[in-house]
Amino acid sequence: MSEPIVKLEQVSFSYPAVEGRPHTALKDVTLEVEEGSFVAVLGHNGCGKSTLAKHMNAILLPLGGKVWVAGMDTADESRWLDVHRTVGMVFQNPDNQIVANVVEEDVAFAPENLGVPSPEIRRRVDEALEIVGMSKYARHAPHRLSGGQKQRVAIAGVIAMQPRCIVMDEPTAMLDPVGREEVLKTIRRLNREQHTTVVLITHHMDEAAMADRLVVMDHGEVIADGTPRTVFQKVELLRSVGLTVPDTVELLYELRQAGLDLPLDALSVEECAQAICGCLRSN
Amino acid sequence: MLKDITLGQFFPGTSLVHRLDPRTKLLCVVLYIAALFTAAGWVSYAVVFALLAVAVGISRIGVKALLRGMKPVVVILVFTGALNLFYTQTGTELVHLGFLHITTGGLERAFFMVTRILMLISGTFLLTYTTSPIALTDGLEHLLGPLKLLKVPVHDLAMMMSIALRFIPTLIEETDKIMSAQKARGADFEGGSLLDKARAMVPLMVPLFVSAFRRADELATAMECRCYHGGEGRTRLKQLRFQAADWAVLALFVALLALIVVLKLRFRV
Repeated sequence: MSEPIVKLEQVSFSYPAVEGRPHTALKDVTLEVEEGSFVAVLGHNGCGKSTLAKHMNAILLPLGGKVWVAGMDTADESRWLDVHRTVGMVFQNPDNQIVANVVEEDVAFAPENLGVPSPEIRRRVDEALEIVGMSKYARHAPHRLSGGQKQRVAIAGVIAMQPRCIVMDEPTAMLDPVGREEVLKTIRRLNREQHTTVVLITHHMDEAAMADRLVVMDHGEVIADGTPRTVFQKVELLRSVGLTVPDTVELLYELRQAGLDLPLDALSVEECAQAICGCLRSN
Repeated sequence: MLKDITLGQFFPGTSLVHRLDPRTKLLCVVLYIAALFTAAGWVSYAVVFALLAVAVGISRIGVKALLRGMKPVVVILVFTGALNLFYTQTGTELVHLGFLHITTGGLERAFFMVTRILMLISGTFLLTYTTSPIALTDGLEHLLGPLKLLKVPVHDLAMMMSIALRFIPTLIEETDKIMSAQKARGADFEGGSLLDKARAMVPLMVPLFVSAFRRADELATAMECRCYHGGEGRTRLKQLRFQAADWAVLALFVALLALIVVLKLRFRV
């Protein structure tokens, strides 16, 4: 197997104390992100998931342990530019990520910084806008776009940098349902069609369910790691840290508690219905 | 109320004036201003005015739009006109009202001063009306390039300017939001004395500043994540390029300044 794109080794981190004791955000986190995979990191507010994201491209440096990005130690200041270029980052608020007054100028920002020649920048910008479905808006002013459109422009701005991995820190948190759906569709396409590694930080169950791998965090620690199917079966564990499970799993779990012999690994409504039908039939 | 702010207002278009390189336009405005301040008589003023009129005509920016921009300077115009009118005592006396003397010399001088200010403002407005803020910043960065040798952070200044322009609409939107929120809780921004109004602004400014700082912090992180590391080794999506028209227009304005200087030194008109 090839080298993981991001590798965290027993990383711990705490924020400096404002009042009283310092706040521990990460405790001995060890995690590897395989190239080409789609990993969701799920957890409640303050569980350390954003802090984890910021470690993946050297915005924050671990106080204990090591972070490796494509074999580069993020503590090595001379490699930061390469680290930023390898792992792109999309933040929660699209307004605070857009630099320029015109959509295409903003998308061009990263390749401009990297010193890419003009014709190549033009090609990358057109391609990135095409991937996020915003080609029509290339000449528009960002502040006139909807939240979902702005966030897609922000994603295009990262795509144009051609990173191997994109970390998204709750990219849908500030969007309305329509904008959220647009952005999620873009993220899925990015992983399936462009084969970009995606790390999606979220607290939405259904967003997490679309990933190949699900990492659940609580109080700065990884408490579950596996495919969404296996992780969602740990209903008690998830509930104990204040997370809910998808409705389908919830239903099957309750029926099981009531004494029915049902599997817990049905994520889609169809699978769930089939499982229940199968169970009723055998009775 | 906040919608009225027209900072560096830009009217998009496709005229020759719009299409000129921003550097050309900036240089032309400098040459134009120099010519305007050198102009010494009726002939010179007429020449400069003719050029301005042609430029405005080509740009298809209405005279009305230009005049609308003059509103804030009306007071200065009146003041300048009056001062020159009453304090210049040359030529023959036309009117004598108590201690006020109006002379032909005063009349001429007042006319020239007011015309000069009007033409100065029209020329600079034409620049900002036909050039997008981004292009303007870009042009400035290029023109001020030589200052880099004197360790002036030209790129950083240009970047700050373009980010400031980018955030004006965002911050206006935010101000509107905070105002509505405060009004919903009974704040009064309209009534009361000037002091009351100023005091009412405090609960508006504090959250606005806090959020502006937060935005700045997030933007800085986002820029760093997109590999921003200063102007060094940076390329651009759109390279500025001088076209034939740029050279022609520039030559025309150099000729204008030369003509005005000759008119002043040789013929005093």
